Amino acid sequence: MKNLVSFILTLLIYINITESSLAISPDVFIQSTVNRASQVLSKDITKDEKINQLKIIAKETVDIKGVGFYSLGPIRKTLDKKELNYYSNLFEKYFLKSFSSRLAEYTNPEIEVKTKEILNKNYTIVNSILVSTENRPEIKIDWRVYTKNPDNPLIRDLIIEGLSLARTQKEEFASILNSNDDNIEALFKTLKEFSQN
Amino acid sequence: MKNLFKAFFILIFIFSSNPAFAGSDGNIELTKKNKKNQTTEDCFESINRASFAFNQGLDKVIFKPIAKGYRKLPSPVRNGTSNVLDNLSNLITIPNNVLQGDLKEAGTNSARLVINTTLGIFGIFDIADVLGFPEYQKEDYGQTLGSWGLGHGCYLVLPVLGPSTVRDTAGMFVNVMGGDPYYRISVNGNNEYLDGELYAATKMLSGIDFRAKNLESLDNLEENSMDFYASVKSLYLQDRERKIANSKINLEDMDESDWEEIETK
Repeated sequence: MKNLVSFILTLLIYINITESSLAISPDVFIQSTVNRASQVLSKDITKDEKINQLKIIAKETVDIKGVGFYSLGPIRKTLDKKELNYYSNLFEKYFLKSFSSRLAEYTNPEIEVKTKEILNKNYTIVNSILVSTENRPEIKIDWRVYTKNPDNPLIRDLIIEGLSLARTQKEEFASILNSNDDNIEALFKTLKEFSQN
Repeated sequence: MKNLFKAFFILIFIFSSNPAFAGSDGNIELTKKNKKNQTTEDCFESINRASFAFNQGLDKVIFKPIAKGYRKLPSPVRNGTSNVLDNLSNLITIPNNVLQGDLKEAGTNSARLVINTTLGIFGIFDIADVLGFPEYQKEDYGQTLGSWGLGHGCYLVLPVLGPSTVRDTAGMFVNVMGGDPYYRISVNGNNEYLDGELYAATKMLSGIDFRAKNLESLDNLEENSMDFYASVKSLYLQDRERKIANSKINLEDMDESDWEEIETK
């Protein structure tokens, strides 16, 4: 009996240690992600090459599917599985193009991770600053990190100076849908056109 | 003048409230309200879009080239200009701190104004910042009306002035009705140093300073937006909500219900 108790205790301690060693702290995750992006941006390579490398980082670190569903808003519940899959594919292309083109304009941005705020088991907000340059002031950037799987945290939103990019995107999509009588095909068409241009 | 003032405020309250009609179906009203902010708020969308296009044209021809030129000035000159404009804005911020019941902030900003105007030579140098004053947060009459619980009403795009709402436009009118001491002194005051032209030039400079600080970010946003009008509207409304709540992060974004049901991984 004594052996069994000590075995169970050892097992529990082992599991605990293993779990905590695998889990990545959201602030460390963000700092390592921005460092990776920063390295790409400071490389002496063409803009297209930078964009391709940034796309790889985005695919690994951003919950693109989740952001896509969030951006779709309430109409998501009215779509069938086939439409949702089609939308997810279109959204991923749109997102990667938009995200990487936005970032590629910066040369060697310096981002310092400051603090983190755990909202609940699924979400942590990581606070950081984009260090000022001669042409622009310091910018506060908060990252909404989805931590449901602590071993694989994912970015779901960037809140720049208090303004949520995910919400902006959601309202942009809603505007396109509203202008087209909530016809999802119109959004598909716009996403497709954007990605192809 | 008194009647005009009254009529103006009655109009504001009509446009910035969402009256419930006795004959309406409560469920339908609720559904509409819950559907989306922008569908219920953009009452004059076609006019707004036309005004937005006009402003974009104006920006391309006038503001952006001037802002680019302004950017070429040495950074101490730009920082000094920005500091002077911020210091002047205290004249609107302080009464709004008081109207919002934030007397401590009103005291801090009054001290900031005195220190920067005197030691900082008309606000060119932000001495208060060096002395460790808290970060300056601008306040205006639109924010005060919001903090009193007045809804922002319909979204508006004003020619030249840009995005606004009925409530924020009303706030701007308060400035010219006596709420902005700088306006009163320069336009209505009887002095040889300040006049209406200088006031207009200050406001113009304020716009150029803002544009110069956001040259890349606005270009980037335009280039990567599928509906630039909707993006600007969303960012403007989020910014106003955040400022009214005096919060660093928009509280609405912290509402987990939008995200909680999305589990993709």
